[in-house]
Amino acid sequence: MKLNERSLAFYATCDAPVDNAGFLYKKGGRHAAYHRRWFVLRGNMLFYFEDVASREPVGVIILEGCTVELVEAAEEFTFAVRFAEARARTYVLAAESQAAMEGWVKALSRASFDYLRLVVRELEQQLAAMRAGGCPPPPRRPRALLPKENGCAVWSAEPPAASTGTSAGARPGPERPPLPPRRRASAPNGPLDSASFLQLHEWYGQEVRALRGQWLRSRAQP
Amino acid sequence: MRYNEKELQALSRQPAELAAELGMRGPKKGSVVKRRLVKLVVNFLFYFRTDEAEVGRREGGPRAGVGELGSPDGPPIRLVCPQPVGALLLEHCRVTQEEPSGFSISFIEDPERKYHFECYSEEQCLEWMGALRRASYEFMRRSLIFYRNEIQKMTGKDPLEQFGISEEARFQLSGLKA
Repeated sequence: MKLNERSLAFYATCDAPVDNAGFLYKKGGRHAAYHRRWFVLRGNMLFYFEDVASREPVGVIILEGCTVELVEAAEEFTFAVRFAEARARTYVLAAESQAAMEGWVKALSRASFDYLRLVVRELEQQLAAMRAGGCPPPPRRPRALLPKENGCAVWSAEPPAASTGTSAGARPGPERPPLPPRRRASAPNGPLDSASFLQLHEWYGQEVRALRGQWLRSRAQP
Repeated sequence: MRYNEKELQALSRQPAELAAELGMRGPKKGSVVKRRLVKLVVNFLFYFRTDEAEVGRREGGPRAGVGELGSPDGPPIRLVCPQPVGALLLEHCRVTQEEPSGFSISFIEDPERKYHFECYSEEQCLEWMGALRRASYEFMRRSLIFYRNEIQKMTGKDPLEQFGISEEARFQLSGLKA
């Protein structure tokens, strides 16, 4: 299968902040040794480099649809990235500390595009409901929207139900403040409610960028 | 660069955001237009061979849009050779309208190197362009930060708390480029 590898390599090494990075040991094969590699997580792609300073990744693990599990191994702090596809390879990785392992397992299990899209759609609906008038809808039980957390994972002392607990007795939010009149008046294409997300995104984005620019400049002043 | 090809192949068989038979021309000089079944899945654009004999067609002739595979109002599309010819990762891509019914995809590191696509109507062309622009992780991330910010401004509450992901570095405003 052809793949735009040059673009992939660019994505791996471009300037934007990464979602996670660090050294991990990667098992070469079923009976092979571990190799220490520099791993960089960006989006749903887990790139690995020979070293921190390498200009091009040795390889990439496309994470979409994977599950991340702890594994029993001679090596400490080991976890595996598995795929539903029967013939797909399972990647066995080992971190250098308990904290690093926990961080990676968390980051990798939530790295899928699908998960992110789910969250975005949920927020989109919440915002639309708020704009349509009235209180924000009570938050849906978040557990339904979280990816399947590893039932057997004992890496985190924090119970996954914590967030459900606080929202179960969902207090009706604060009175929604009225929208500032200037926003309605300056809506680019008629009523704000009917503008497409893309239009709103572009329009607000300009304002956010301008404000951010101002803020950065004001911070730069002595 | 090594990559998990079997997983990518499996991904190409997942339900698509958008799928259609389009004319496709590669970036190399002198390349010709070929009919391809083009399928958008998460942040990848897959393209498959279409074979006149094996692929079921909808009414409306050979240039009719294919839409979802196996859509209720048409015969099911069966692919004899299910592996894609290729895939394009859509991060940092630029989608440009080239003709009323055609667009191109290029990438930030080499903007002149373009993959061309021919649609059967301007409507289809615009539909694809919109979908492709939204099909990147980076776009999703910016959308999330935008909505989070908007909701927080309106309610004073962080909507990500209910998901338990409000502390993640990847969702902070400071992560956006100015």
